[in-house]
Amino acid sequence: MRIQKTFEKGNVLTIYFTAGYPKLEDTMPILIALQEAGTDIVEIGMPFSDPIADGETIQESSKIALENGMHIEKLFTQLKNMRPQIHIPVFLMGYLNPVMQFGIENFLAQAQACGVDGLILPDLPLDIYEQDFRELFEKYNMANVFLISPLTSEQRIKKADSLSSGFLYVLSDSATTGKTSDQSFSKKQVEYFERVRALNLKNPLQIGFGISQRKDFEAALQYAEGAIIGSAFIRHIAKSQNLSVDIQTFVQKIKQTVLS
Amino acid sequence: MTYQVNEKGFYGKFGGAYIPEMLYPNIESLRNQYLEIIAKPEFQRDFNALLSDYVGRPTPLYFSKNMSAQYNCKLYLKREDLNHTGAHKINNTIGQILLARYLGKEKIIAETGAGQHGVATATVCALMNMDCIVYMGKVDTERQQANVARMRMLGAKVVAVTSGSQTLKDATNEAMRHWINHPEDTHYIIGSVVGPHPYPDMVARFQSVISKEIKSQLLKKEGRENPDAVIACVGGGSNAAGGFYHFLENQSVRLIAAEAAGLGVSTGKSAATTALGKDGILHGSRTLLMQTDDGQVIEPYSISAGLDYPGIGAMHAHLFDSRRADFYAITDEEAMESGLALSATEGIIPAIETAHALSVLDKVNFKPQDIVVIILSGRGDKDLETYSQYLNDKEAKR
Ligand SMILES: Cc1ncc(COP(=O)(O)O)c(C=O)c1O
Repeated sequence: MRIQKTFEKGNVLTIYFTAGYPKLEDTMPILIALQEAGTDIVEIGMPFSDPIADGETIQESSKIALENGMHIEKLFTQLKNMRPQIHIPVFLMGYLNPVMQFGIENFLAQAQACGVDGLILPDLPLDIYEQDFRELFEKYNMANVFLISPLTSEQRIKKADSLSSGFLYVLSDSATTGKTSDQSFSKKQVEYFERVRALNLKNPLQIGFGISQRKDFEAALQYAEGAIIGSAFIRHIAKSQNLSVDIQTFVQKIKQTVLS
Repeated sequence: MTYQVNEKGFYGKFGGAYIPEMLYPNIESLRNQYLEIIAKPEFQRDFNALLSDYVGRPTPLYFSKNMSAQYNCKLYLKREDLNHTGAHKINNTIGQILLARYLGKEKIIAETGAGQHGVATATVCALMNMDCIVYMGKVDTERQQANVARMRMLGAKVVAVTSGSQTLKDATNEAMRHWINHPEDTHYIIGSVVGPHPYPDMVARFQSVISKEIKSQLLKKEGRENPDAVIACVGGGSNAAGGFYHFLENQSVRLIAAEAAGLGVSTGKSAATTALGKDGILHGSRTLLMQTDDGQVIEPYSISAGLDYPGIGAMHAHLFDSRRADFYAITDEEAMESGLALSATEGIIPAIETAHALSVLDKVNFKPQDIVVIILSGRGDKDLETYSQYLNDKEAKR
């Protein structure tokens, strides 16, 4: 419900940050500041030692978060009382191995108890989800988001859409996280967005990877219901002395013109 | 029970392709095409011609008289060290470079630990005139300098990886990131039976020439195709997979794997995956993995760069789980002593990786009539500095 309502408003800004970074106990303060600043959805990254889909920024934030002592049980302790103070949708994103070690059912139960809305596990294969995980996700009322890339076939896009709930994660490029470029999107990328758009999928679309500034966000909204910013946000708070002020500035800068 | 991969890419519960979507199109196209391409007569013709004329196959199966007397059994050494570039790794890179051409790829990337796979990849890239980038942990570039120099001479770009423990695992992470960012023109030549399906099966098939030759060579020498035991070291497990391949379903052949215990299994400085690992997922494969209770990968340690990996190939995880193969953990010191012993008794200087397999002879008792084949995966030229250092330290202690 929370997710659906958020997408009804449109122009969805989703921000990703790594749990336990810059400091172990920053998870809740960042979440609160993001909500206050007007972020529509938050993705909380669960750090992993070997994040192969991530560029340097998230590799570094993950490494520091782990050194700070972040782990899944700790994260659930931090998020235990987030509702009802936090009213925006919250997703957890991470690699499969730590979740598997925690135990998938236990993980889903605890995530649900915290009021987490959905999961994004980029290395969870579609068919394994369908065979082994789907029923459990439904049992715990947990949304599950799959990713598609410019090289994903039409048939597979449809399958990812049918197995996803909440939204579909549209990677802007085949790339690791954190790449930036002067021009928001190339002609090829735009063609791909339009191709996906034309499939009339059941889920709202969010474009992610390589979105770092206002003009990228605006450009993405021409083809999708929302866009996701990760590395640029993490770089912004890396040396922050005042998280709530810096987060306010960052989010407002992104959202400004879109609202006018 | 079968020990081969099933149609979904699993060995028992291990294997599969747990990869982010960005890697999916390349993995999918490999999976759809590898068997068909490998089966093509032209592929087979080119592969076999290069293995014989360029690599120097078949490699000898050498009856090790001195060691046989010492260990009181019939010991044969499968001389993969005599391959061009000095290890078994080139069997796989020849296969994959030919495959990459069928797939229309122009550029090659690889990870390397000891540098043997990096050299073997750089070599076939020079041969086929293809661009080559090799990712290598910074620690490994320092302890295997000779191989870094060779790769450079062969025209490859060597990238020193500074993340994590700066060894093989981290080099693999970086190669995968590169592939995510360059999916269209690049093929990733993985150097062992690790990574997402179909890599483990594909690499095992290219390395299976080792056990195929053992069969026909033994038939000539002993009048029987099957030995009583095959012993190999396991980093990711490609030389072991190749040495075991044609004996997997034959329970009378004992399969023995040597993994690196480093300073000792319980010292916290080890790479003994079956002793220390738990079911997990790394580099796209479900396998046994050294990890914390929270599922973070533990940085492994071994004196040998080629065995310094926190996982093992899914096939081996299954061989371990189903007790088809026996695993022994060999310490740095045991391996070094075995390496020195082989040099002194047979005049063959093995790679330190390979030396781990030799140490098994001190742990298992064979009967006098037992035929035991040890996969001599590589030569020790790259390790001379580590060997001399070890000898110096030993003399200083005396
Ligand atoms: C000589 C030699 N043997 C063994 C290995 C370990 O690899 P694998 O377990 O894939 O055979 C290496 C890896 O670098 C090597 O160079």
